[in-house]
Order: sequence, then C-alpha cells, then structure tokens
Amino acid sequence: MQLLDFTVRSNEALNDQNHLIKVAPSGNEILPEMQPGQFVQILVDNSPHVFLRRPISVNFVDKEKNEIWLLIRKIGEGTEKICSIHQGEIMNLIYPLGNSFTLPERNGKYLLIGGGVGTAPMLFLGKKIKEGGIEPEFLLGGRSAKDILQRTDFERYGRLYCTTEDGSFGEKGFVTHHSVLKEKKYDFIYTCGPKPMMVAVANYAHEHGIECEASLENLMACGFGACLCCVEKTVRGNICTCTEGPVFNIKELFW
Amino acid sequence: MTGLEVYIGDLRLKNPVMTASGTFGYGTEYADFIDLGRLGGIFVKGTTLAPRQGNDYPRMAETASGMLNAVGLQNKGVDYFVEHLYPVIKDYDTHMIVNVSGSTVEDYVACAEKLADLDKMPAIELNISCPNVKEGGMAFGTSCQSAAQVTREVRKVFPKTLIVKLSPNVTDVTEIARGVEDEGADAVSLVNTFLGMAIDVESRRPKLSTITGGLSGPCIKPIAVRMVWEVFHAVKIPVIGMGGICNWQDAIEFILAGATAVQVGTYNFIDPTASVKMVEGIHDYLARHHIASVKDIVGKMIV
Repeated sequence: MQLLDFTVRSNEALNDQNHLIKVAPSGNEILPEMQPGQFVQILVDNSPHVFLRRPISVNFVDKEKNEIWLLIRKIGEGTEKICSIHQGEIMNLIYPLGNSFTLPERNGKYLLIGGGVGTAPMLFLGKKIKEGGIEPEFLLGGRSAKDILQRTDFERYGRLYCTTEDGSFGEKGFVTHHSVLKEKKYDFIYTCGPKPMMVAVANYAHEHGIECEASLENLMACGFGACLCCVEKTVRGNICTCTEGPVFNIKELFW
Repeated sequence: MTGLEVYIGDLRLKNPVMTASGTFGYGTEYADFIDLGRLGGIFVKGTTLAPRQGNDYPRMAETASGMLNAVGLQNKGVDYFVEHLYPVIKDYDTHMIVNVSGSTVEDYVACAEKLADLDKMPAIELNISCPNVKEGGMAFGTSCQSAAQVTREVRKVFPKTLIVKLSPNVTDVTEIARGVEDEGADAVSLVNTFLGMAIDVESRRPKLSTITGGLSGPCIKPIAVRMVWEVFHAVKIPVIGMGGICNWQDAIEFILAGATAVQVGTYNFIDPTASVKMVEGIHDYLARHHIASVKDIVGKMIV
C-alpha cells in the first residue's frame, strides 16, 4: 500500500454519467504490480460535505505508459467532484487495495459479467486472463446502448455479448436473460455490478454448478482494514470487504 | 526532536501524539504508511473478554465533516489478542495500549487482569463510552456510580497506567471525570463519539443498521475542545484530548484547552500519515514560539 500523488493525464466523459480518468504518478515512481479486482481510495479535496475518500476499482493498468485507468460514475457529491478534475491536476491515492479475482489455473470457458459501472474491473481482468493464454468472454449489461462502456477495449481481449434494458443494443433484458447463458456451459464466472444483478448471477452459477466470484462495493471508511465498517457477513463471520475482499467466492456469501 | 516529551501518570511519551482506538487497528495496518515508532502511543482496537462479531452492515454513514459508525466492538477477544496480536506488536518502538470494553464489571476486570501480565503493555484505556453496544459500554460511562465502580474494580487488578475513556453523551462530563479520578484512574481520555443518527430520505430507512451510532470527525471538534477544557479544570490527573483532530493546529488547540496528549482518530482514514505530520508540526510551533516544552502550554489558553 502506498499514499501517493498522481497527475491526471486525461479525463474523458464517456457519457453523461461516466468518466474515464487516466492518472500517472506525479513523481518518478513506477507503478507496482497490480491485480484485477483491486481498488484505490481517492482523496476528494475541498468539498465540505465529502469527508471520506472514495473507493474506485482499477479499470485498467497501462504498464508502458505507467498509467492507471479509473472508470467513475457520478452518483453523488464525491464522485461529481472527482469527475470535475482537469488534466494536469493532482489526485491523491491510497493504493493498491484489496484482494483480486482468481486468475484461471486451467483451460476452460471464462465469462466476465459486468453491469453498469461494475464493468470497470472486468477490462483489466480480461486483459490478465488473455495474457495467461485463455480468451475470456464478456457479458455486459446496461440500461441502454450508451451505458455499455469501453466496447472496443473489451473486444481487444475477447468476445463481447451485451444486454440493454431498453433493447437499444445487444439483447433486450438483464444480463442473466442473455441467450448465451442457455447455449454455452461456462466453467467460471466473474461478476461485478449492482447487487441485484450479482445475486441473480450468483443464483445462475449456483444452479449450474459453476464457480463464481463477485466483487462487492460495501460502504467503506478507511479502505485498508482499520475501521471495520465495510464488513460483509460470510461463512467466516463478519469480514472486511476492503482487505479480505472486495472479491469473494459466492460460496462464502449468504446470497 | 526535543521538548515533546510528556507524562501520563508514570508513563513517559516521546511526544503527545497518539492514535485513537478503533481508527488504527493494531498499528500494523498503518506500517506501510508511517514509522510507527514516531508516535507517542497507539491505542489498539477495543478488546473484550469474549470475541464479538459486531453489528450488522451498514455500520457507517458519512456526514458533513465527519462520519457515523456503529461497528459495535468487533474483535477476536482478549485471549486471541494475547496469543496472536501482542507478539506481533509488542516490539514497536512506541507504547501499545489496549482499549478494554465489556458488558459487565466482571468482564472489564477479567480482561484487564489478562493484559496486566503482558510486559510490554504499559497501560490500558477503559472504554466506558462505546455508544454501539447494547449492554455495557457507554452505560458505564454515563452514570457516576457505575463509572466509579468499574474504575475501582479494575484498579484493584491493574497496577500499571489506567486511562479511562469518557463519553460525551452526558449532562456534566466533569462529574464522571472526578468520579473516576477518585477511584484511582491515572488519566482520562475524551471524547468518545457523540450519539447521532442519519436517515436516507429516499428509502426513509436509517443509514445505520443500529439506527443510532457514534459521530466523529472535525464536526465534533469544538464540542470536544470545550469538554477537555472543562475536565482539565475539574481534575488533577492528565487529560488526553481527542475529537476531530486533523492537523497540528487542532492538536495544539486541544493542548491549550488542557490536554497533556492527544489522540488522532477518524482523520487517519483520510490521511494515514496525519499523526506523524502532527509531531513535526507541534515541534515547529514550539520552536517558533520559543517554548521549551509542550508541557509548558498545557491548559495555557490566554483569556
């Protein structure tokens, strides 16, 4: 874990709600090895109502450019403030935090399911899986076409399936309604997104005997295991999402 | 750095900056960020006789300039602490002080007895002020009689430095402070969190699973400073001040109000290096004002 100032290399609005912010260490620091599923805690400066840092998952790490990508959805004053940052400005991070998705240990069919801004960690995960010699598949869901973010980035690493609630892109409905889930038999599912979606995915995985990991986004204060605020009730008791998670095997969860 | 040494009873602190229980884990959580040896002391997570799972999620709600928490003393119990955590933290070059809580007087006594045997545990902080447990906790700290009783019984079994952490959720904090002083407390620390609550207006549900929780952060600082000032004038034992301290100016403010030492709490979450920055800031302040020792300004607000 480090506390470090980053400089914003770019801040791009992907649609009216989501920004892709690329940051690099302000000094000569080389980014440490990071794993998919890990997150950063962003300091929100000069906002009287925003006291705590905001946990944001690592969307992608570009090692050549020494850059971290952060995909941020504006859902309140904190994330609004973060998304208003300009190129060249400083963003203070505590990073890298949390555990990570379990990378494939054997050949098989791996499906990465993301909903809304929960697609964020799936891009970095897809890249890592592909680097390991397996081509993953992605199933991304959103309200409408404009909510399916970073499509061309995802397509670089594997086949992409999509659903939208209004049917404006891909199949109409929720991710768990997609026909590919009936047609193919997957060995492992990774998921991140709104809790109802992850619960539906977990239920599908349970029913079909598929291994499944989900990334949780419980409310956090510190992000590194000191405050015990972000606990999830698991078969191991109440444990911190920030240090023991955010990624959990669904067998550990009570949903 | 000179001039920073202070005493809490017989306990010498290299500087007056410590970290507050419940915000600093067991110190190890912060070892990547700071040299723990630069702190005056570390108050580790509230420890109870038996393990506790704490309250249900959600346990935290952000507020303007602060946060509410309802963790509920989640910890693995004193035996686990003694066997597994103490060996890891005992050789840090600072004072490791356990915050002790319980549901009954017997719990506090049994817990304190087990800690009294540890060579490198120079002090405990009796938590009679946790607002997030159903039984005990704050109940002990909101009545003079029970605060005095638990202090008296623990004093019998704990010969080292005994600090009692006071609740601000009382009509007159000085009465409680005098009560525990009379029973042999070596120091008082204040304030613990203020009882508060928050409601999500869309769902109309409480933001905490327990409905009410403890408010901390800079939003409570002026009230905490006032209470430290009141207690400083009411007791002879040292006062350890806390409540929303974020920087050296805040720390000095508490010291001028009457705190011999301070604890940094919630702000550790935002800047995990804040406590050590404060040590330097206090040092520079003393030099700039030609003050030989921080002891010389304890309670020295000019009126």
